[in-house]
Amino acid sequence: MSRRIVALAAMALILLVIGMDVTASPPNPYTAPSAFALGSGAAPSGGFCGALPD
Amino acid sequence: MSTAVEYSDVRGPWGRVARRGALVIGALIAVVLVAALAGPRFGLMLAIGLGLGMTLEGLRFGFAGPWRAMILRRDPAGILAQLLSIAIVAIVAIPLLQSHAGELVGAEAPVGFAMIGGAFVFGAAMQVVLGCGSGTLVNAGSGNPVGLLALPFFAIGSFFGAYSLVWWTDLGSLPIIVLRGGQGLAITLVLLGAVAAFLLWRAAPGTRRIPGRYIAAALLLAAFAIGNLLVAGQPWGVVYGLGLWVAKGAVGAGVDLSGSAFWSAPGNAARLGDSVLTDYTSLTNFGLIAGAFVIANWRAGGLSAPLPSLPARAWVATVIAGLLLGFSSRLAFGCNVGAFFSGISTGSLHGWVWFAAAFAGSWVGVGLRPRLGLEART
Repeated sequence: MSRRIVALAAMALILLVIGMDVTASPPNPYTAPSAFALGSGAAPSGGFCGALPD
Repeated sequence: MSTAVEYSDVRGPWGRVARRGALVIGALIAVVLVAALAGPRFGLMLAIGLGLGMTLEGLRFGFAGPWRAMILRRDPAGILAQLLSIAIVAIVAIPLLQSHAGELVGAEAPVGFAMIGGAFVFGAAMQVVLGCGSGTLVNAGSGNPVGLLALPFFAIGSFFGAYSLVWWTDLGSLPIIVLRGGQGLAITLVLLGAVAAFLLWRAAPGTRRIPGRYIAAALLLAAFAIGNLLVAGQPWGVVYGLGLWVAKGAVGAGVDLSGSAFWSAPGNAARLGDSVLTDYTSLTNFGLIAGAFVIANWRAGGLSAPLPSLPARAWVATVIAGLLLGFSSRLAFGCNVGAFFSGISTGSLHGWVWFAAAFAGSWVGVGLRPRLGLEART
């Protein structure tokens, strides 16, 4: 067995995460923010590992 | 020579061109697809993640390895490159965070008992599996079985660390301290220079230079990290996304997360219902894995190496280290990316404390790794 099978398994893992999530929580491009946060005038709202719960 | 390499050679240069073309087209399609499904910002974030993964795998750069090189061989080249990259990001990010405070936010977190302990444990665990936050993802994407096994347990640990984060933080924390503006940038650069000077002083003879490959990696990492800040409005991070995947899975399975102050907080509760394709750290995490996969496939024979033969205790150690990586990085308010790289480059004091505690933990981890069967004992 080579590293190829492990790399393919890693890709399968992320495709599984995305696939399961897209069916449960489909994204909506019509509510998307502007391409860049800088200059958008909107407050940052993403989750981050350094942030305490808001 | 392995079978895969022989097969690749039989197909000749045209087969290689076709394979590489398919990899590039596949990556571009993924970015366009995410942009179309979720919005252009999220397509850009996946592209940034792909760039980060390609940089780390393509230039064989990382965080755990250079720290190990300094501890074992007093070779500071990799850490010096990390400090260079952090300095470049700081020069751009700290002034921007001040001038666009309503649109951008830094990796700001408090220093506390659990934060310091978490960073120490993270440093030890990342040396056991020789993979940090970004490194575990890149290792998995490039076919490293230790990285792949550690990854799901890293995510589970991150979920539980976040679940109990407030309890741990309440054990004792300082207010958030941030080095802001021109003065904050000057202090950050002086501190980075002081650490670099200390490392050069302690370096073994003949190691006091940064190879061109590491300089290229430092510049590219800085460019992508700055891009992350400009597009997402927040710095590059890893562990939030990993914990979110498990939290979404738990909610999907009917688990009630209202008992967690973290997951029931309005912002996090909303993200549990949003698409993972709109979560910044998830997208860069996907990109890190896929970018490493692209580069590993790009190299001739890059994935044909046989898997390592490790004793059972090494696999058990990998599972435990994966859980600890995830749990401890949440208590520490980030891993080597969110706390060390992004924390210091956006002026947060916790990034510096994380660096010291995690480096101390790395000394322990370097000693543990051979005892746990993950390398030949010397």
